[in-house]
Amino acid sequence: MTQAQSAQSESPLLAVCNVSVVFGGIVALNGVSFDMYQGQILGLIGPNGAGKTTLFNCLSRLYQPSKGDILMEGRSILKRPPHRIAEIGIGRTFQNVALFANLSVLDNVRVGTHARTNSDIISDSLKLPWVRRSETELNKRVHEILGYLDLGDVAHLTVSGLPFGTQKRVELARALAADPKILLLDEPAGGLNHEEVYALGDLIRRIRDERRMTVLLVEHHMGLVMSIADHVVALNFGKKLAEGTPAQVQADPDVIKAYLGSKDQ
Amino acid sequence: MELFTNQVLAGIATGAIYACMALAVVMIYQAIDHLNFAQGEMAMFSTFISWQLMQWGIPYWGAFVLTLAISFAAGILIERLLFKPLAKAPILTNVAGFIALYAIINSVAGLIWDFTIKQYPSPFGSSPFLGSQLISTHQAGMIGITVLLLILLYLFFQFTRVGLAMRAAASVPESARLVGINTSWMIALGWGMAAAIGSIAGMMIAPVVFLEPNMMLGVLIYGFAAAVLGGLTSPFGAVIGGFLVGIFENLVGTYIPGVGNELKLPIALALIITVLVVKPAGLFGRSIVKRV
Repeated sequence: MTQAQSAQSESPLLAVCNVSVVFGGIVALNGVSFDMYQGQILGLIGPNGAGKTTLFNCLSRLYQPSKGDILMEGRSILKRPPHRIAEIGIGRTFQNVALFANLSVLDNVRVGTHARTNSDIISDSLKLPWVRRSETELNKRVHEILGYLDLGDVAHLTVSGLPFGTQKRVELARALAADPKILLLDEPAGGLNHEEVYALGDLIRRIRDERRMTVLLVEHHMGLVMSIADHVVALNFGKKLAEGTPAQVQADPDVIKAYLGSKDQ
Repeated sequence: MELFTNQVLAGIATGAIYACMALAVVMIYQAIDHLNFAQGEMAMFSTFISWQLMQWGIPYWGAFVLTLAISFAAGILIERLLFKPLAKAPILTNVAGFIALYAIINSVAGLIWDFTIKQYPSPFGSSPFLGSQLISTHQAGMIGITVLLLILLYLFFQFTRVGLAMRAAASVPESARLVGINTSWMIALGWGMAAAIGSIAGMMIAPVVFLEPNMMLGVLIYGFAAAVLGGLTSPFGAVIGGFLVGIFENLVGTYIPGVGNELKLPIALALIITVLVVKPAGLFGRSIVKRV
């Protein structure tokens, strides 16, 4: 909590300003705004179809908002092409895991470092000295991350044959490999069992504390969100319903109504 | 027995060319999910360029390297000008694009260099290889060049950053973009590399089939057969398929009476159909499973 509170005085790391997304006649997001501060774990909650994943896809530039702006450290990200999002420090995982299935775990994580490396194809193919130097450093990083997420033993296996829980860790490793400032996690607990969910909660907190990242968490698992988030934003039908500490949001009558319905309906 | 060994070795030699064509086809298929019907014509045009360079007095290997570079650039240019705008177009639009490209390249080659058959030199000569009557130096050279090419490609895709990025972009483009890969340029790069690989196939087969605008038609169909047999999703499979088809073609032509040169092409087509019916994913391909 203290981290989040002290952060309020700074300018936000990420600012979502009045973002709307319209698909045909359907308004998937309707003027949503919130700020994220360095070191926060922000939980984004809402019933199915509330617009959580749509917002996520705007942040990773898969969708273009029809209105509003998204600022990363004060600069708009909406003019950047999708492949230039990683270099400003936004990394993500997917709800259904979007790994390179026919590549090994090691290669998947190595690919994650792509945005952190810079070389042209010729010096790269010829393995010129400076390429080799940066590659040794990267390999060290990649192996450190594999160790951090307990993936050392499966590093050389092809991803498609691994259990779902492991694949989710590989995807997290791939996102960490780019050393993002903001980590976007799309339903990381989906498909995990009870024990795994609590291990995941610890892991997310450790990543925030040890690797100094800011985490945006979209999650259905209320227990997980309420136990690790510093700040919660609740969406419903594309609109922001409530925002505040987990306790505040949990007590908010609109949120309770959205999840449980109300007597007068 | 000697006839058999001889035919198998000759099959491996032409199979090397089919392997290159199949590899070129698979590289583009992996990048954009379409078969490049003009791959053979692109290779033919490259071969004419190398011939022209040699006519201007550039020695063989100089012309060879220059042609590789020109073909690479031309492949990228074709992608940028023609197929990048078609990226989201329906499949038939793309097919029409490929057929148009085929016809244009074929006619332009005929216009510039006319349709008469030309001699094309072999850098390896055609004497018996190591004194053996089984295989000529040119055939051995074809195999050698292909194997060298395959090793270099393997190292490129396995151990370089760009190679890894190309594999990632072919696998899941959305994720590749999110880790910072410019997938659009990876596709262009795939085209450039496919064009360069095709030009090697053209320059290696030209001394055998002679140089003329229609020289690659049969080779491309065998290349397709090889790619389908090995699996369109597997570059490794395409190469193995190339060698298998080369051997198969020669053995069928030798041992089955009545199958002369006239029936060789229908056999390749029959092979394509058989594989598609019996094992659509090919020997080494992944079968595509879609989430519905």
